[in-house]
Amino acid sequence: MKQILLSHGGGGEETQRLIKDLFFRYFSNPILEKMEDAAVLEINSKLAFTTDSFTVSPIFFKGGNIGKLAVAGTVNDLAMMGAQPLYMSCSFIIEEGFPFDHLEEIVRSMYEEMKKSGVKIVTGDTKVVPRGSADKIFINTTGIGRIVYDGISASNIQEGDIILVSGTVGDHGACIMAQREGIEMEGDLKSDCATLWPVVKDLIDSGIPIKAMRDPTRGGLSAVLNEWAESSDIGIEIEEDMIPVKDEVQGMCELLGLDPLTLANEGKLIIAVPEDQAEKTLEVLRDNPLGREAQIIGRAISDYKGKVILKSSYGSKRILEPPAGELLPRIC
Amino acid sequence: MRKHLKIHLTGAVQGVGFRPFVYNTALRHNLKGYVINDTHGVVIEVEGEEDDINRFLISLNTEKPPLAHIFSQEIEELPLSGFEEFTIKKSESKGKKEVFILPDISVCDQCLSEMNNKKDRRYRYPFINCTNCGPRFSIIERLPYDRPNTTMKKFRMCPDCEREYKDPSDRRFHAQPNACPVCGPHLSLYSSDRKFIAEREEALKIAVELLGKGKILAVKGIGGFHLVCDATDDKAIDLLRERKRRGEKPFAVMFRDIDQIKDYAEITPFEEAVILSPERPIVIVRSKKETGLSKGVAPYLDRIGVFLPYSPLHHLLLNDYGKPLVMTSANLSDEPIVKDNDEAFEKLSVFTDYILVHNRDIRNRVDDSVVRIIDKKISFIRRSRGYAPLPVKLPLRLERKVLAVGGHQKNTIAIGFDDKAFLSQHIGDLETLDACRNFEEIINRFFDLYSFQPDVVVSDMHPAYHSTRWAEDYTEKNSIPLIQVQHHYAHALSLMAESGIREGKFLSVSWDGTGYGTDGNIWGGEFLLCDYEDFERVYHFDYFRLLGGEKAVKEPRRVALSILFDMYGKDIYRLSEVQTLKSLTDKEMEIMFRVWEKGVNSPLSSSAGRLFDAAASIIGIRQTLSYEGQSGMIMENYYRWDIEDHYPVDLRDGVIDWRPLFDALINDRSEIDIKITRFINSLGKVVLRIVDEYSDIPSGLTGGVFQNRFLTEKILRMAEKRGLKIFTHKKVPPNDGGISLGQLLKG
Ligand SMILES: [Fe+3]
Ligand SMILES: [Mg+2]
Ligand SMILES: [Zn+2]
Ligand SMILES: [Zn+2]
Repeated sequence: MKQILLSHGGGGEETQRLIKDLFFRYFSNPILEKMEDAAVLEINSKLAFTTDSFTVSPIFFKGGNIGKLAVAGTVNDLAMMGAQPLYMSCSFIIEEGFPFDHLEEIVRSMYEEMKKSGVKIVTGDTKVVPRGSADKIFINTTGIGRIVYDGISASNIQEGDIILVSGTVGDHGACIMAQREGIEMEGDLKSDCATLWPVVKDLIDSGIPIKAMRDPTRGGLSAVLNEWAESSDIGIEIEEDMIPVKDEVQGMCELLGLDPLTLANEGKLIIAVPEDQAEKTLEVLRDNPLGREAQIIGRAISDYKGKVILKSSYGSKRILEPPAGELLPRIC
Repeated sequence: MRKHLKIHLTGAVQGVGFRPFVYNTALRHNLKGYVINDTHGVVIEVEGEEDDINRFLISLNTEKPPLAHIFSQEIEELPLSGFEEFTIKKSESKGKKEVFILPDISVCDQCLSEMNNKKDRRYRYPFINCTNCGPRFSIIERLPYDRPNTTMKKFRMCPDCEREYKDPSDRRFHAQPNACPVCGPHLSLYSSDRKFIAEREEALKIAVELLGKGKILAVKGIGGFHLVCDATDDKAIDLLRERKRRGEKPFAVMFRDIDQIKDYAEITPFEEAVILSPERPIVIVRSKKETGLSKGVAPYLDRIGVFLPYSPLHHLLLNDYGKPLVMTSANLSDEPIVKDNDEAFEKLSVFTDYILVHNRDIRNRVDDSVVRIIDKKISFIRRSRGYAPLPVKLPLRLERKVLAVGGHQKNTIAIGFDDKAFLSQHIGDLETLDACRNFEEIINRFFDLYSFQPDVVVSDMHPAYHSTRWAEDYTEKNSIPLIQVQHHYAHALSLMAESGIREGKFLSVSWDGTGYGTDGNIWGGEFLLCDYEDFERVYHFDYFRLLGGEKAVKEPRRVALSILFDMYGKDIYRLSEVQTLKSLTDKEMEIMFRVWEKGVNSPLSSSAGRLFDAAASIIGIRQTLSYEGQSGMIMENYYRWDIEDHYPVDLRDGVIDWRPLFDALINDRSEIDIKITRFINSLGKVVLRIVDEYSDIPSGLTGGVFQNRFLTEKILRMAEKRGLKIFTHKKVPPNDGGISLGQLLKG
């Protein structure tokens, strides 16, 4: 079996071959092929700029792998700011002995994922570290996008604004946790890892005024809503029963005592729009395959500033606390 | 010889008919002078013959009104000043307020006989009261306790009432809530969509008819609304459970009189006395079999919570209806009891179609108190109406003004200054938003009522308790210190304080469900060597995992599994006798094993309460819980005093190994009652072994686990045989309702 060797990261001939034979085969574009010290870009626009490192374990999971995630994650961060993703950098840190076909599969899925937004990798780097110095493979991606819808911000939300989610929550977190801990669940736990740019484009094209928009990754829905409540200094009231959760995710959460609202998502967005735009937003979301299971889940209120309130179907309310590091029982 | 004395009394001496009592007593002994309420209590000056003054002083202490509690008495002699008469002077409201607010007290016999007398002007009047009885804490807005400072201020007394109120020789002299059908509050019956149905006598009549038709009614009482239905009607109770989402948690039942209770329950003379006490708590007693009481009242339990009518309205309802009534706090689970009319219409329509309200507002929300008798003493499960907010005397003086915010469940808060701790009424589990708001509201009420600003705040150490977070915010905003006290040490301190321990070491057996430990693990089976400075954890149960965190608290089978995996590894399939395994599929067990092995969301715990759960699961009592503490409560059904033996108990290096105990339990093929008794005896043995090791210092039992009557009594009996003294709680609950008292001591 072909493996990645330390020499692949040495900068010599082996490195060149890896770049040409593998990376160029999938990532090829005129800017990248120039192979200068830096990529030269010409963009006359307001830009969004973001970076993220991906260290997910396991690196292959149901619904995706670390490569797909590295593209979707960075592209989504751009999209959430109303930016059309244009260019990306991509750096690999690979553990010596990593199987070559695994790397190829990762690179191929990055290529597939880039097609969905049209983003291009224009510069990159590869390092190989001795066994044990890294866990299999880490990827860093940095992205640049052109702002096509300006003014989205976590601090824009006003009383009466409606909060929507584009689909079921907790899928990615539940899937990763199950696979990492070797927990086999009934049903199909699958990561929702996806590029959100197409649905964001639909939202922008339809002329909906977007107040705030986020992809609820780490910390899940709970983290984003709490951040919004604080940044906008408003209360957010959520109808618990309106939040879509897949049965298998719910089942997993029941078993492990977890809350789907705190689990990571990689292909969902939360959006806040003015009240009179809520129905239209829901339609636009549902018209795109990425938002088929979208729901209106709540609204901004003047009461309980800085807090997120979960309303149960029978009327009792509780505070949705921002996710903490460790879940410790409070019940005596 | 003539003398002139000035007497200063502090304690619960206002609004209990104390001044008229002093007035009449002074007249009887030919004394001149005056009596006045001040913000500290009562001041009396008397002048007269020395013998008369001496007799007066004796009467003051021996004949005082039933509700008066004198905490301190200061006497100074002054030069003669030549008073001409004895008068009751108008109250002063200046100065630091330090008088006690009295709890709400059940209607007295004299008022009752008037209410039942056709010729009395208050015949069948549901708001009859006098200085010896009636609402107090629930209606007070501020001190001093005078009518304009209560929710009675909106009712202007009629001439008859006013005459009683002003006549020092009348039983209603300065009875602040004094009222009659002409001038006082009245009842109204509404549909829950706020359509007026009837008022006064007619409202009561229709309400009673509705109960007879199996309806659930919301009824406004003293400290809040109750949901009420026929306690013998299975259908009504099922419906109530469904609407209240109450699962299997028992309902309290109110009976017409003590004789009716005896038809349904086995009660001891001491229990009878507590049931009849003016505080009228709910008392947990043994139920009789086949009485016609619905099984739905207290599923799977051989006990029920009984209480007697405490407001005149309750007396009318129970007497007119005849049969016992379920009376449960009107609220959604984990929310505060509903107290206002508007709130009732808004929130209670999900439970009921009819609401019986009245127009006397409730200022302070107060739930019913719940007690049981352990070792021939009152053991509080919930200290609230009838008891709160009377203070608990501390064995030492606090140097600062302290606010203690309690725990997370069964929360109470406390303020403390000098040598007194004022514990709040039951606030409840701080799970819902409204409960958290109520918690904050009660803190602010206490600040207002007692003109109190804390110098320091004390909270639990648990980072996720709402009370901890509130305390962090509050102390930061007000730039005052925050002190965090370990949960089981706070339990220990509460017991030390109420037991009057002044100094020296104390061994606290702090056993409960969960509490945050100083090592970040979940404690709950602790032996703490304490003094008021600090504590040392001398013994604890060995750690086990709580599979799924909080989920394990609701599912005993998860704790049992954790223990089984620990002892036998993955290979537990062969333990076919173990009931835990029957409630799980192979797949679930496989997953749980992974969860245990990897420690996924499975914190370590040493909780004794959870070990009870594990045993309950293994024996087959309960695999999942419908309410907190259910497994232990059902296990009490089976305890047998005639079985004395126990499973092996292994203590080493400060760790109590539960493995030999559970191994023996799992391999025990005896009947359920024998296994349960042996299990409880084993825990008793653990306590005794360690208490014995520290026999040169006092020790005590605290924490929710010691609400288990048999465990506590078993320990006390064994201790008695060995001549060991073990303290238990008498003034505050052993559960987290008592935490705030312990926290105060660290302020
Ligand atoms: Fe506790
Ligand atoms: Mg990022
Ligand atoms: Zn009375
Ligand atoms: Zn009157």
